[in-house]
Amino acid sequence: MAIHVESHSAVHAHDDHGHEHEHHHGNFWTTYIFSEDHKVIAKQFLITGMIWALIGGVLSVLFRLQLGFPEANLSWLKPVLGGWLTPEGKIDPEFYLALVTMHGTIMVFFVLTAGLSGTFSNFLIPLQVGARDMASGFMNMLSYWFFFLSSCVMFVSLFISTGPAAGGWVIYPPLSALPQAIPGSGLGMTLWLVSMALFIVSSLLGSINYITTVINLRTVGMSFTKLPLTIWAFFLTAIIGILSFPVLFAAALLLIFDRSFGTSFYLSDIYIGGEALPNQGGSPILFQHLFWFLGHPEVYIVLLPALGITSEIIATNSRKPIFGYKAMVGSMLFIAILSFVVWAHHMFVTGMNPFLGSIFTLLTLIIAVPSAVKIFNYVTTLWKGNIRFTPAMLFSIGLVSFFLTGGITGIFLGNSAVDIQLHDTYFVVAHFHLVMGSASFFGMMAGVYHWFPKMFGRMMDEKLGYLHFWLTFVGVYLVFFPMHYIGIAGFPRRYYTWTAFETFSGFADLNMLVSIAAIVTLSAQFIFLFNFIYNIFRGKLAPTNPWNSTTLEWTTPRLPGHGNWPGEIPTVYRWPYDYSKPGAKEDFIPQHIPYSETPESNLPHENDQIKLQFGDKPL
Amino acid sequence: MAHATTTTAPDQDVWNGGVSPMNASYGKLMMWFFLLSDAFTFSALLVTYGLVRSAHKGYEGLVDAFKFSTEHWPIPEKVFDSMPFQEYINAIFHTTSAPLVFVGIMTFILIMSSVTMVLAVEAGHRMDRQAVEKWMLWTILGGLTFLSCQAWEWSHFIHGAHSGSSIAEGTTFFGANLRMNQYGPQPFADFFFFITGFHGFHVFSGVCLNFLIYYNTVTGVYQRRGHYEMVEKVGLYWHFVDLVWVFVFTFFYLV
Repeated sequence: MAIHVESHSAVHAHDDHGHEHEHHHGNFWTTYIFSEDHKVIAKQFLITGMIWALIGGVLSVLFRLQLGFPEANLSWLKPVLGGWLTPEGKIDPEFYLALVTMHGTIMVFFVLTAGLSGTFSNFLIPLQVGARDMASGFMNMLSYWFFFLSSCVMFVSLFISTGPAAGGWVIYPPLSALPQAIPGSGLGMTLWLVSMALFIVSSLLGSINYITTVINLRTVGMSFTKLPLTIWAFFLTAIIGILSFPVLFAAALLLIFDRSFGTSFYLSDIYIGGEALPNQGGSPILFQHLFWFLGHPEVYIVLLPALGITSEIIATNSRKPIFGYKAMVGSMLFIAILSFVVWAHHMFVTGMNPFLGSIFTLLTLIIAVPSAVKIFNYVTTLWKGNIRFTPAMLFSIGLVSFFLTGGITGIFLGNSAVDIQLHDTYFVVAHFHLVMGSASFFGMMAGVYHWFPKMFGRMMDEKLGYLHFWLTFVGVYLVFFPMHYIGIAGFPRRYYTWTAFETFSGFADLNMLVSIAAIVTLSAQFIFLFNFIYNIFRGKLAPTNPWNSTTLEWTTPRLPGHGNWPGEIPTVYRWPYDYSKPGAKEDFIPQHIPYSETPESNLPHENDQIKLQFGDKPL
Repeated sequence: MAHATTTTAPDQDVWNGGVSPMNASYGKLMMWFFLLSDAFTFSALLVTYGLVRSAHKGYEGLVDAFKFSTEHWPIPEKVFDSMPFQEYINAIFHTTSAPLVFVGIMTFILIMSSVTMVLAVEAGHRMDRQAVEKWMLWTILGGLTFLSCQAWEWSHFIHGAHSGSSIAEGTTFFGANLRMNQYGPQPFADFFFFITGFHGFHVFSGVCLNFLIYYNTVTGVYQRRGHYEMVEKVGLYWHFVDLVWVFVFTFFYLV
């Protein structure tokens, strides 16, 4: 019977992608550039994402220079910034706004959405569910190239004479809708919108592929309850993406019409320079509703993949089953659902009905429940585990720390009353940089360290990894912790300078500390870059299963070729967290090992499974 | 194909992997998820319309005394009350206007093209190539007719009243564009152009896809492939576009 099953699955696999085997011997272009192989596409996303992360990081250091050292003469940056420096050698105030806008846009969309989901959903979904490739390799390739095109447009916008978009990454109209408002609302904003439209197409193509692959291409035995938590996270992220990005698409299209074709969807009763604009009847608040209907789920599009990745890494490196697998899945599902009904907590001070505010407060605070479930489960997984502190593990633990620290301030901000004081201050900046920015970034880093051996067949250097971790971890806290105080003191975000105000000049030294920490943190990333690039070529050759992990990707050869498994796809018999199972020979049992081969560690109900799985085959 | 099934999975549960649990190929699933996402785009647009509409005053007073004004949202029957060759129709039926008749015909045509699409899909299941060709052709014709009607509707909307003069208060502006219109508040025309235009673009894409399918059917691509699933997938899209029109119609013409 078993043989019967296997042969069927082999047939199924060959039928699936039989035609693609011809592509094994593609030339340089089809193998590395216009590849339809999910692993190559994942690497393309990763490397593009890393380039963007670097650009985004450099932009943040530029505006931190202004905030931390307002008196400094930055003329030495003249070769890079050119006309964006004032004659006194300071950053142009208009350019400062462009810097924060582009930093936000780049980090949220290009790094933590495309760079994170694009890399790990692409790389891990087929490998971990046991598929030869994504459902549609062609659409997957298109997804990357739309992202690339979108990246190009956004990148070009950095260099135009009026500067890139400068209305904040949330691009609220009327500021973003009226080219005469600020220079950044001219061509820069148009390019921003074009770039985002392309980005949404890319995200949609990717997400539809991820969902379909998870539903249709799981290998034999890989039921949803046997899916690694990474796959659950990517799956839910993709669903959130296909439901929320189209709303941003609609909002952006309407904004394009307001900007370029004279409509009044978001505009009404506006005077510029004492002159009334003809636009009547629209509502700028409308844009905020549409934007945040995407914008809030976007937070979880960024965060959930990171949570999935760390669940996997923490279980593997604690040598323990993940605590509360079903609770983990349930809490992610609950977070995904709640993410769609809390958007107005970004709009508490827009003149919203206070009663409505209290409803959104309630819904927002409920998110604390599944989030706490996840944190407790991480901690209880670590509890009495046989912990191995690999760099990936450290970054995962770092994520748990940021998720907790940043999550707690979310409880303050989620209150419509407290938000009156805290909204649009550095408290908000501190909150979301910890809970979503840094946490997701750490999830991404953890993922790179953990799956580097599978991606490139070599090992990264651990010592450099530790150095990278500690500098980044301490750096992030030094950057964002002081911001809570600055925020509670009432300092608003997006302001060019604060030394002009007596109230805030007392925070100059704290800001200097933040800026220095930001520079150190960015510099630490170059350690990672070296470690990453050097070891792609020179790293120690990786064993096939370096972390003694249970999931399917480690059953492939060191460098899986097109189609992932040279023979047939393994069948799955058990869940992905059989670590340190009492009685087992080793401290892990991979998913493709049948219960019939592990009689020493089987639980009673698992012995019953043997009969179900093998029917009348003698044991 | 991705939906090739394994007959003896370890358990008999379809969700256990190795099979397509929903008994649908990956292509069909993708189309469903795309439509789900597109539904959210249209929902966003229609909710936006609803919010702006409700922020404006409706017309209060006798319907017969209705006049276009920027002060209140127009009554749709008074805006969309014309047909091509209105003069002849007036003479034959002894009326002065045909409120919502034209758009009613448009809607009927689009829904009928959905019916012919169903027949094409059904013919595809029977592997009846000629019937697929026939019904796809009718579907394409329906789509093109709808688009032509929409072009007339837009042109009429843009150029203004066919007889007599409807003058918005304070101005003598006829018809509508994205900046001003004779019918009512500015967003009325903005939304009309944007949402019916966005839908019209979907119909246009649908007609292109339908034509592609028709072409492939004629050249025997699907016959050689052994199934007409592409017809089914594009059919899903076509039905969706029709369904969306029902909502657009309701929002713009009935409410």
